[in-house]
Amino acid sequence: MNFSEVFKLSNQLCKFSPDGKYLSGPGVSALLIVSTTTHVPILQLYSCLDQIQHVEWSADSLFILCAMYKRGLVQVWSLEQPEWHCRIDEGSAGLVASCWSPDGRHILNTTEFHLRITVWSLCTKSVSYIKYPKACQQGITFSRDGRYLALAERRDCKDYVSIFVCSDWQLLRHFDTDTQDLAGIEWAPNGCVLAAWDTCLEYKVLLYSLDGRLLATYCAYEWSLGIKSVAWSPSSQFLAVGSYDGKVRILNHVTWKMLTEFGHPAAISDPRVVVYKEAEKSPRGALGRPACPPPRAAESKYEIAAVPVSLQTLKPAADRANPKIGVGALAFSPDSYFLATRNDNVPNAVWVWDMQKLRLFVVLEQLGPVRSFQWDPQQPRLAICSGGSKVYLWSPAGCMSVQVPGEGDFQVLSLCWPVTGDALALLSKDHFCLCFLETEDGADALGQLGDHT
Amino acid sequence: MGDWMTVTDPGLCSESKNISQYTSETKMSPSSLYSQQVLCSSIPLSKNVHSFFSAFCTEENIEQSISYLDQELTTFGFPSLYEESKGKETKRELNIVAVLNCMNELLVRQRKNLLAQENVETQNLKLGSDMDHLQSCYAKLKEQLETSRREMIGLQERDRQLQCKNRNLHQLLKNEKDEVQKLQNIIASRATQYNHDMKRKEREYNKLKERLHQLVMNKKDKKIAMEVLNYVGRADGKRGSWRTGKSEARNEDEMYKILLNDYEYRQKQILTENAELKKVLQQMKKEMISLLSPQKQKPVEKADDSTGTGISDVEEDPGELSRESIWDLSCETVREQLTNSIRKQWRILKSHVEKLDNQVSKVHLEGFNDEDVISRQDHEEETEKLELEIQQCKEMIKTQQQLLQQQLATACDDDTTSLLRDCYLLEEKERLKEEWSLFKEQKKNFEKERQSFTEAAIRLGLERKAFEEERASWLKQQFLNMTTFDHQNSENVRLFSAFSGSSDRDNLTVHSRPRQKPYRVSNGSLVCTSKLTKSLPASPTTDFCQTRSCVSEHSSINVLNMPPEETRPNQVGGECANQKWSVASRPGSQEGCCSECSWTSTNSHVEKDGLP
Repeated sequence: MNFSEVFKLSNQLCKFSPDGKYLSGPGVSALLIVSTTTHVPILQLYSCLDQIQHVEWSADSLFILCAMYKRGLVQVWSLEQPEWHCRIDEGSAGLVASCWSPDGRHILNTTEFHLRITVWSLCTKSVSYIKYPKACQQGITFSRDGRYLALAERRDCKDYVSIFVCSDWQLLRHFDTDTQDLAGIEWAPNGCVLAAWDTCLEYKVLLYSLDGRLLATYCAYEWSLGIKSVAWSPSSQFLAVGSYDGKVRILNHVTWKMLTEFGHPAAISDPRVVVYKEAEKSPRGALGRPACPPPRAAESKYEIAAVPVSLQTLKPAADRANPKIGVGALAFSPDSYFLATRNDNVPNAVWVWDMQKLRLFVVLEQLGPVRSFQWDPQQPRLAICSGGSKVYLWSPAGCMSVQVPGEGDFQVLSLCWPVTGDALALLSKDHFCLCFLETEDGADALGQLGDHT
Repeated sequence: MGDWMTVTDPGLCSESKNISQYTSETKMSPSSLYSQQVLCSSIPLSKNVHSFFSAFCTEENIEQSISYLDQELTTFGFPSLYEESKGKETKRELNIVAVLNCMNELLVRQRKNLLAQENVETQNLKLGSDMDHLQSCYAKLKEQLETSRREMIGLQERDRQLQCKNRNLHQLLKNEKDEVQKLQNIIASRATQYNHDMKRKEREYNKLKERLHQLVMNKKDKKIAMEVLNYVGRADGKRGSWRTGKSEARNEDEMYKILLNDYEYRQKQILTENAELKKVLQQMKKEMISLLSPQKQKPVEKADDSTGTGISDVEEDPGELSRESIWDLSCETVREQLTNSIRKQWRILKSHVEKLDNQVSKVHLEGFNDEDVISRQDHEEETEKLELEIQQCKEMIKTQQQLLQQQLATACDDDTTSLLRDCYLLEEKERLKEEWSLFKEQKKNFEKERQSFTEAAIRLGLERKAFEEERASWLKQQFLNMTTFDHQNSENVRLFSAFSGSSDRDNLTVHSRPRQKPYRVSNGSLVCTSKLTKSLPASPTTDFCQTRSCVSEHSSINVLNMPPEETRPNQVGGECANQKWSVASRPGSQEGCCSECSWTSTNSHVEKDGLP
């Protein structure tokens, strides 16, 4: 495990290119392209007009767009031709969101107040408009094969979903959804089923076929705060729905009924569950070596806690909006074997569920609240950060905590994997660094560990 | 009556008097009042009988007295005291004989009466005590009744209170329910109101948006523009196509194609899954038939009506169609038949397995107990024999020693003889020494023999245990061999369906942590060995090194069985570049440690047992 030098970063915007070869990290008003394969770190530097607020790679990793919402500007850069550039100005309509279409030749800009979505083409001069986009949590979703765009719309106080063909932006289907206030839509990875869920005030999941037929609706309970997070398994077989009652419900793809329910109790008594507890290592050599190394955060390690274990819980303020309860984060491992969840009122713990046995497998309890976790796209390996200067890795073989080197405290607030899974970008408030997991002999540390145990 | 009694009384001994006094005291009747007075007065006068009698009869009134007595006696049915008078006028003579007879009779009667009285009194006493007892019983019962009554009242009170509470709770529940209902209504109304408001707001918002849209979009905003250095080609290299009805149709087609593909894929999945399942089912059935039909012929025939038909059904039907074709038929036609036959056979199998289980457990129990007992008995007998021998030897040695001592003592006694015998003594001493060493050797031999025997016994026990295990495993293996299906096939169905989560569970548990098995087995054997050694009676002279080495041999094998990394997984932590790694291992490795721990513990146990 090697760490790169630390680069400056603003707005915690750090994106790996889809092929995993490059990493873009915007400085204050310049875009930094870092190669993840060669060890010559900085590859390219593009200077933008203003502070970059959003960065996105095109699907073919050839272009990169930088959005400057304050100015209503989008700038596009080409990696192959550094002199090529494109600038899109939304003018007085304003800009709140910008994204690539899956073919990497169109840019979808959402204007202020969600008046419309402008589709700019890089191939032709043509511009398309889509009216009535809905301002919601996740209103735009492309199918994984890049063929279709599903868009949440709101007209006359009713929710609609429009499905567009991405090749020519033709409307394929348009149907209304039976929702109070649609909160999000998401394609299944196989691109044939669209999941739509209602606002948090109501627990409702709707499943639509590609041709607009309603396949199923699912409602677990009424009169209480509903869905908080939704995730498809990569095999399209499961739909995991995390809700405010602290449970994850798994729907199956045949009957669309609930397969099982994963509660997140603060007390774990099942002896089959392994509970890893992060513990601070007692400082070694306090006598032998007088404060030679600069004072740094204490190192930590994992200990296996004997069940029953009770986890630290947070009492949420019930009278505030967005209470810190419920399952706020869900992620399936790339092989669909594991599901990692976080219950927001047990902020220090990550639950890992075994999707084959449909039961709790491992619980990781950190010393600090879990900020973010993400699966390695190549293997069941989970990276977790909790706002400290450590990054944590879990795999079925075991888990470990790694201190991020460098002077000063590098507080890891977020992390992301490239598609190759051999590196890890760690983001702090205004810096980022790369963590290379591949060692010289080709086997990474955790892999070795896995072989032993 | 009382008069009469007292009159005859004084002639009797003083004890009777006492008794009468006592009885009269206990049972005071109004008629005996007089007698008591007489008695009281008679006690001091008892010495002077005459003076007492004078009170009744004096010289003057003999005649009257006699006549009075005669009268009295005749009224009581005694013969007259007077002789039969010849003449009426003549004075009748006192018949002495009659008087004496009467007196005797009276005395006899008196005695009888006294006896009767005594009896009556004792009875009375008894009755009195009975009465007392009953009274106390009565009192007790009354008390009990009182307490129970009180208790009952208390319970009733409590019951009442509880009922009251219950009623209150019911009321509360009802209130709560009402409250919930009310709140739900409120929520519903709020929700509708909220929705209404939202809609209103949204409409306004929409209006504003529309307005804004017009304002912003119709102004021909010059700023809205795109500057591109040069247009890039499409990713697929094609040119953009016009939007026509044709393209629309093409899109539709494509969409349906995708959907169809998906459905086809799913159907294929299901088909393969079904085929696998059918295969498994078929195989299972075949196995069952082959397993059950030859050896279970008898029980099947016994239960011919219920179970035998299952097999015969299947045996007959495939005669018409070949087996394979049956399986390729759609489920509808075969399903019922198939499930029925499987179910029946499964039942047979289940009963068979249960029977086998019973048998095995019985055999196991019996065999184990019998052999164990026998070996122990043998062992005990042998040790007893050996101990006896040792005892004998010791005695012999003792006597020898005594003799020697005596000889020495006598030698000491008189110096002259000692001097004389001195020459002999040396010789004798030598001889004795030789004898002594011989005895020692003998003793050693005995001990050795004994040791070897204990060893043999232990070995025997171990062997027996191993054999028992082997037999059990063989039986199990045989049974499993008859029923196993090729798991590889089922493993191929990796594309687990929605239901595979539950159905594959068992399969997967085996795959996920296969390494745990050997530990468990080895642990088990370890425990067994330790138990065996423990079961042997510890004797003081047994050198335990042998058994210990035996056990440790076992354990060393166990240790070898696990991969060497297992034993110290917690140390594994690479130091890469300049950062520290802290590693927590998963429980599998911990179990490795655990097994080690258990080994050491058993070892220590053995040692403890072995030490005298």
